[in-house]
Amino acid sequence: MPIPEVPKDVDWREFFVEQLIRLMGVSAIALVLVMFLFLVREGVPSLVEVPLSNLLGQRWYPTFEIYGLMPLILGSLLVTVGAIAISLPLGVATAIFIGEIAPSWVREILKPSVEVIAGIPSVVIGFIGIQLVSPLVRQFSGAPTGLTALTGVLLLAYMALPTIISIAEDALDAVPDSYRHAAFALSATEWQTVWRVVLPAARPGIVTAVMLGVGRAIGETMTVMMVAGNAARMPLGLDAFLRPVRTMTATIAAEMGEVARGSTHYHVLFVVGLALFIITFLINLAAALTIFRQQRGGGGRFLA
Amino acid sequence: MSVVERIGRAPLLRRLSQGLLLFSLPFFLLVACLGSTPTEPSTPAISITNVGSDTMVNLVLAWAEAYHELHPEVSISVTGGGSGTGIAALINGSTDIANASREMKEEEFLQAQERGIEPVEHVVALDAIAVVVNPNNPIDQLSIPQLSDLFTGRITNWQDVGGEDRPVVLASRESNSGTYVYFLEQVVRRGDPQNHELFSPEALLLPSSEIIGLEVSQNPNAIGYDGLGYVTPHQKTVKVGLDETGPFYPPGIDTVKDGTYPIARPLYMYTRGEPTGAIKEYLDWIVSDDGQRIVAELGFVPLSGS
Repeated sequence: MPIPEVPKDVDWREFFVEQLIRLMGVSAIALVLVMFLFLVREGVPSLVEVPLSNLLGQRWYPTFEIYGLMPLILGSLLVTVGAIAISLPLGVATAIFIGEIAPSWVREILKPSVEVIAGIPSVVIGFIGIQLVSPLVRQFSGAPTGLTALTGVLLLAYMALPTIISIAEDALDAVPDSYRHAAFALSATEWQTVWRVVLPAARPGIVTAVMLGVGRAIGETMTVMMVAGNAARMPLGLDAFLRPVRTMTATIAAEMGEVARGSTHYHVLFVVGLALFIITFLINLAAALTIFRQQRGGGGRFLA
Repeated sequence: MSVVERIGRAPLLRRLSQGLLLFSLPFFLLVACLGSTPTEPSTPAISITNVGSDTMVNLVLAWAEAYHELHPEVSISVTGGGSGTGIAALINGSTDIANASREMKEEEFLQAQERGIEPVEHVVALDAIAVVVNPNNPIDQLSIPQLSDLFTGRITNWQDVGGEDRPVVLASRESNSGTYVYFLEQVVRRGDPQNHELFSPEALLLPSSEIIGLEVSQNPNAIGYDGLGYVTPHQKTVKVGLDETGPFYPPGIDTVKDGTYPIARPLYMYTRGEPTGAIKEYLDWIVSDDGQRIVAELGFVPLSGS
């Protein structure tokens, strides 16, 4: 059957829309690039003004020109890793329950409810953290104060959960039913099917979910600033979770307002932003690579 | 500056009330327009922006409201964020008045002058910095050297200053706070310019007076410091003495006025150049008896002349 000829004016409209979409796509990338260049431009002068040994130091005292970034970077990593360690098993388990086990009417209620959690403003979570979680952490852990890394970790885990659950559940949902049917046909139990067939097939999607959860946790500002105590100490040693911690985001938020434009402190804060940008970029890159591999590999067989 | 960052630096409750005030302003204006005779529009002709110290923000808000009632043609917008924030805004040219609970630093003066701004200092009130502990803490008095030992981290157990066997938790403001700088210079470094000691890295840097108040009222290990106007009944103020032998004085209007309470300071407003017109009238009114009456009502210390 011959393909019907496209009328001329439709052809022209097609071209227009195509170009518009291309422009939007390119400008999104250009914006990120411009942002990166801006961060570099504002941050690089500090590399001249501040010796590298100072920047890599262990104390952050910007009022007195001590700009050691290590406590901030390690602080951000500590709360992020802690939050993911809690929210990964919990989130994936919830996703399995919602996607594979719960009857469909339960699923219809649960999934939107989980997504509502994502909409709670971080100030509100921070407030709950100060009033409720921090006293509990102090009483149960015996730490001197409740404003600790652990308090931040618990709240960040809670905030990363909806992202992880929602995307992991989408990934489970995308696994073709034929996989499950094949497993059942081999007389696999429900659990064996989930654990050995569905989960490996959905693995790239779950990795993406976790990556986005990491992004949520590392970028969170308000909650951490309110509950983690913001003491710029090196978070090393076993008790680091029960001690206060200062993250990169909280530092930028707390200090950007006070600095005069063009001062050394201002430039160093941009270096902090640059470090944060690079870390989140790497996380997003890892997530993108996973999706890419998933598309090329056709399901999860290569990764499982 | 994104909204999140601004909220981040300003005390939550105050920020909320300011937000409400802002949002409700159009309604008030509407009501005012409807109420008055329609021939005379009641939109304010002069606006003054006022940014800075979180310690002062309630006081400055009260002044702004009272002054607006007296002079409806003048509207004054007040924002917190910290003394450093206010001074930075003055230098960047984005505010008429900067509120500061500390003096401007040398380098801030130079930065202002580079931009052709000559900051002029006005003392508008006095403030005692109260040292607060949990009401269950048996400690009643501390000397400046003891406070310095506590806040630099040399003393980490309450036992060493005569208290219970508990770890010490330090609750401090963020470094953009004028109270932070004042406390560092006058207490941690004991007023000695040669002293370069710093706050202990273990000290909690909390984003607002309210959060310091919360931590101190919840945690029996905590010690904090804040403007006297922010002390609530859930915190206990400690008497402060210059050295171990005392005498020790509680913070209060009389002990600040007669100079016996050792950690009291002036509160400042900075303008770009000598103030003129509406800004000058406003500042004159602040130091007048009417303006200073509000100072006492909010728990600060009025200037001694009035």
